[in-house]
Amino acid sequence: MSNIPAELKYTESHEWVRLESDGTVTVGITEFAQDALGDIVFVELPKVGTSFTAGDDAAVVESVKAASDIYSPLSGDITEVNEAVAGAPESINANAYDAWLFKLKPADVSQLDGLLDAAAYGKTTAA
Amino acid sequence: MTLKATPLNNAHRALGARMVDFGGWDMPVNYGSQIEEHHAVRTDVGMFDVAHMCVVDIRGADVRAFLRRLLANNVDKLQASGKALYSCMLNPEGGVIDDLIVYFISEDWFRLVVNAGTAEKDVAWMNAQNHAWGTNLTITQRRDGADAMALIAVQGPNARAKVWVVIPQAKDATLDMKPFNVALVPGTAFGEAMIARTGYTGEDGFEIGVAATQAEALWNALAAAGVKPAGLGARDTLRLEAGMNLYGQDMDESVNPLDAGLAWTIDLVSERDFIGKAALQAKGQNAQFVGLILREKGGVLRAHQKVIAANGDTGEITSGTFSPTMQQAIALARVPTGVQVGDTVHVEIRDKKLAATVVKLPFVRNGKILAA
Repeated sequence: MSNIPAELKYTESHEWVRLESDGTVTVGITEFAQDALGDIVFVELPKVGTSFTAGDDAAVVESVKAASDIYSPLSGDITEVNEAVAGAPESINANAYDAWLFKLKPADVSQLDGLLDAAAYGKTTAA
Repeated sequence: MTLKATPLNNAHRALGARMVDFGGWDMPVNYGSQIEEHHAVRTDVGMFDVAHMCVVDIRGADVRAFLRRLLANNVDKLQASGKALYSCMLNPEGGVIDDLIVYFISEDWFRLVVNAGTAEKDVAWMNAQNHAWGTNLTITQRRDGADAMALIAVQGPNARAKVWVVIPQAKDATLDMKPFNVALVPGTAFGEAMIARTGYTGEDGFEIGVAATQAEALWNALAAAGVKPAGLGARDTLRLEAGMNLYGQDMDESVNPLDAGLAWTIDLVSERDFIGKAALQAKGQNAQFVGLILREKGGVLRAHQKVIAANGDTGEITSGTFSPTMQQAIALARVPTGVQVGDTVHVEIRDKKLAATVVKLPFVRNGKILAA
């Protein structure tokens, strides 16, 4: 059973989303996703200031096996990216919930309500 | 569709392997970390379940004459019992039906090991030629049924020493054995064992064949002796670093083997005729098969990415990955004939064109990085 922190929101495409006190959201990939990908060796992050619509390709995570698109869970503008994780992609394997990818200022924070909670996400990953 | 399973399926599950559908076979991709398994083979010893591959025994008086016509490499290079040869089996158009290893056991018995996904097609093709040529050979697949054999590859600098611990009877027969040779060793704890000094990783080691019923016992004994189980993920990064072609990816029936880096296995020198020879002579070589090392950050090289030469001519990556040994993205690629080793080319990755250096294969052999 993968680690699924209760305080986060999730997408069916295995991104995790955390609402911060300043109104931005932080986005990464889940424990389940990093485990499925295997050894991660490259991360391509979006540019700060880029605007995305929910569901757009926002980043790329490549493992030894394959390249995977990471989707923007909400519509909004990128406010910050995690350069440290780009320099050490394996940190996602080590702790998927610390190794965030980007922060986004949501156009409409109520879109968060459309994401999965931990229980619902847990059901999607229970094979 | 039900996936096919090797005799080691339960052993993989007991080890907690991540299992995947590999061409219809339920196979382990890794047992935790593909990269750790890769390094174990480069620096110590690892083992692979390759029992999805198929042993084919061909017996009869005409077997050498049959293989002279069937295979693109020259089976007459096998003059001493125990010698092995890598060869392609071509169709009349010169496309690759399969690549295989042929082991010379005796003048009326040659053993082939063919790929998992092509085995049925291969045996049907061999039977058709046997019938057409009236050679009356017995062609027996040894993957299914009462006489099934299973193959385990033990690879790495410490592979031979570990195998001798587990199968002491093998030591005398294989101590002085040169690479690309085989011995049949009777009376081991696992019955008669076929022990070949062959492999697919660029490291020393053995490929061991035993009765399918003995495979799990052999696997467990090797594990107990410290041989690390390695999955198909590590097998792919190791073979790619070793510059070895993978059937279905680097070549297939649509590819001229001369363009797939296999010219060294195609005997166009001897008088001997073989299936596909005339087509290859007519076509000649139209591309070259090289290694690429990515020089810029921006992704990992992957199959089917476009390669652009300095003069604008294009080629294609056939296999690509992140090399755990070199810590760089590397690839096998089919490029225009004008491209030279040392040239810079560009590879299209998503919306970028990134610089890569053309290198001679292999990238890594016997633990040493040869291409940088």
